[in-house]
Amino acid sequence: MSSAFSTISTIQPLHRTIDNPSISPLLGSTSTHKLCSFHVCNRTASASSVRRRFSVVADSDVVKQQKTKSGSSLSSLLITKEEGLELYEDMVLGRSFEDMCAQMYYRGKMFGFVHLYNGQEAVSTGFIKLLTKEDCVVSTYRDHVHALSKGVPARQVMSELFGKTTGCCRGQGGSMHMFSKEYNVLGGFAFIGEGIPVSTGAAFTSKYRREVLKKANADQVTLAFFGDGTCNNGQFFECLNMAALWKLPIVFVVENNLWAIGMSHLRATSDPEIWKKGPAFGMPGVHIDGMDVLKVRKVAKEAVERARRGEGPTLIECETYRFRGHSLADPDELRDPAEKAHYATRDPITALKKYMIENKLVNEAELKAIDKKIDEAVEDAVEFADASPYPVRTQLLENVFADPKGFGIGPDGRYRCEDPKFTEGTAHV
Amino acid sequence: MTVVFLGIGATAALTSANSFDSKKLHISSRRLVSETKSTFFVVRSDGRLNSGSNRRAQILITNAVATKADSSPATKPGHELLLFEALREGLEEEMERDARVCVMGEDVGHYGGSYKVTKDLANKYGDLRVLDTPIAENSFTGMAIGAAMTGLRPIIEGMNMGFLLLAFNQISNNCGMLHYTSGGQFTIPVVIRGPGGVGRQLGAEHSQRLESYFQSIPGIQMVACSTPYNAKGLMKAAIRSENPVILFEHVLLYNLKERIPDEEYVLNLEEAEMVRPGEHITILTYSRMRYHVMQAAKTLVNKGYDPEVIDIRSLKPFDLHTIGNSVKKTHRVLIVEECMRTGGIGASLTAAINENFHDYLDAPVVCLSSQDVPTPYAGTLEEWTVVQPAQIVTAVEQLCH
Repeated sequence: MSSAFSTISTIQPLHRTIDNPSISPLLGSTSTHKLCSFHVCNRTASASSVRRRFSVVADSDVVKQQKTKSGSSLSSLLITKEEGLELYEDMVLGRSFEDMCAQMYYRGKMFGFVHLYNGQEAVSTGFIKLLTKEDCVVSTYRDHVHALSKGVPARQVMSELFGKTTGCCRGQGGSMHMFSKEYNVLGGFAFIGEGIPVSTGAAFTSKYRREVLKKANADQVTLAFFGDGTCNNGQFFECLNMAALWKLPIVFVVENNLWAIGMSHLRATSDPEIWKKGPAFGMPGVHIDGMDVLKVRKVAKEAVERARRGEGPTLIECETYRFRGHSLADPDELRDPAEKAHYATRDPITALKKYMIENKLVNEAELKAIDKKIDEAVEDAVEFADASPYPVRTQLLENVFADPKGFGIGPDGRYRCEDPKFTEGTAHV
Repeated sequence: MTVVFLGIGATAALTSANSFDSKKLHISSRRLVSETKSTFFVVRSDGRLNSGSNRRAQILITNAVATKADSSPATKPGHELLLFEALREGLEEEMERDARVCVMGEDVGHYGGSYKVTKDLANKYGDLRVLDTPIAENSFTGMAIGAAMTGLRPIIEGMNMGFLLLAFNQISNNCGMLHYTSGGQFTIPVVIRGPGGVGRQLGAEHSQRLESYFQSIPGIQMVACSTPYNAKGLMKAAIRSENPVILFEHVLLYNLKERIPDEEYVLNLEEAEMVRPGEHITILTYSRMRYHVMQAAKTLVNKGYDPEVIDIRSLKPFDLHTIGNSVKKTHRVLIVEECMRTGGIGASLTAAINENFHDYLDAPVVCLSSQDVPTPYAGTLEEWTVVQPAQIVTAVEQLCH
């Protein structure tokens, strides 16, 4: 079976751009830490030749290397029309939704920290559209689009952002804490790296169900999404170790958008090639172009199926970019406009559109119809959120404990939660 | 059914619902033992009976304790064991009862636990169910939380409670908060347990009391066990609870021996335990300090005092009913704890008592805690950092003059 990991040979890996500066995505910040310092960092003379190797550095018994036909390109159709439309619709939903979030934020409908996903849609769509409803997704604070791709209705996400009680978390989570039990979205975490152990636990449950509870069809896969900044965090490494050790059904997806707020990935990381860290723990590490949804999807399929078969985790580094600032409060002054312009030309939605039209999968009218449909859906979500009620006082204490006996026994001998003032939310706890 | 067993420094009696006689018990009890597995009922302090239909049916045994030993013989003899064995028994019973219960921690599997609480469980249940983790507290605590969210019921063992400082991120942000921030969608029925407290010259880092650090985290419950009887009962209750529970054990108490019932029993997580009813002063304590208090109580009784000793057991939330009734009776409170002076459990308890029962106090609440000192290695210095029985006697004498 051909391994999709070998398609890396047709993909522009990160390091390859050093040969071709005109395509250089790593223009870095407008400060002096430019691409040249990346050269300097690598001490060995043969470093560049090492980086020219395209093959996946992985355990030899884990991934079979397959030679691809020379000149094989992705113009051989990778998707059917239905799949293409599904992917397009999902990406457009993500983009429109986030654009609407920005509008609503500046109109004062939502507050706090809102982190938008514009530009990275290919990663979310490419991975999550391969999952079943029972598979789990764990994300970070940049989680709106992950939730939408997984199936959480736009209405619920928008309500959550407006802080209304009809939100997916009853308004208690907010932008950075999107949860859905129905669609198995396990968050939504504000601290980076915090969700990775949780995703490892979800994968552990899947393995436990199969091996201890003897449920033969327990093959749920968990996807953990996180960024380049997180890859310097201890939880990342600890979980890579545990996932590989116990062969957990998990895929670690690094959305390397090169920036952690204002910290360039190159300035923060001794070895910026994150995919290399997978083999150090005994799992395949793959680097893919995260601006191309078809490339993402092809590799994702392989990784998800590998996990489902019980062969263990994979680390996938997606080179991607966020068109907006880190959050709506970020003035985004540090990134080079040339870098932004470069990635704008690699807009995943435009790329997919171009692909589908050139390969005669769809025509313009069909795509425009989807655009319109999504616009209406997003407008509807806003209207729904606007019309929804704010949480009332009684909601304040309801979800602190799953078992409200945890509030304890009051002086009168009754459980606090039985006190009527408690349920009104006015009791002093 | 009546069961008699001897605790350390205290005797306990249990009466069945059929022979309930409120005069026999020296304090009002709110919970009674029930024979059947499917129903139980609650006796209110005013004698009303409520059926427990709106609560999860479980066997509850009152831990209402009277000083006089009941003379009628037990129908079953009970069995004697050490505290760590009681923990293991509780753990094993729960693992037998529910296949989703699993254990994660360092050296819990093949090694059997650094304090042997999980001895032989890996042989019986397998390496996945009693999971030996790498040394990565934050991550395996987070992993347990993720597993709990997706349907399992993990028990996380910190080899020493102090190591859980490394897991503070996960315990605070995820364990405590996720149920709330997910709008109630996900429950986190984890039990986090481990030995803490000042041992025998273990050094500062292995002698920590983390109760004070965790107590502010909303969404978790904290309990501390002190006898084999309540260790097993609290362990089972914590595992069955849908809330995340932190169970504090103490390094020096693992080898305490006691006779516990053969029947299955589960204790109430939110209740305090009356160790010795009295009239003159209420002494509130938990974990190892209970024994220092009981030792001091012997001296005090000889001197003519009648202290009421309550093991609060539930560190968060406080059982204000038991504590309140006691305060209303004695009007004097002494808190004896091993926690640090600043911001410890005693500090919170003092505040709670002052807030709720101020009118009933004849004297300010006195709190004896450990010194705000990193526990020294030297034995003499270590002795002076924790509260000793002599200090307790002096404090009671001063409070009661």
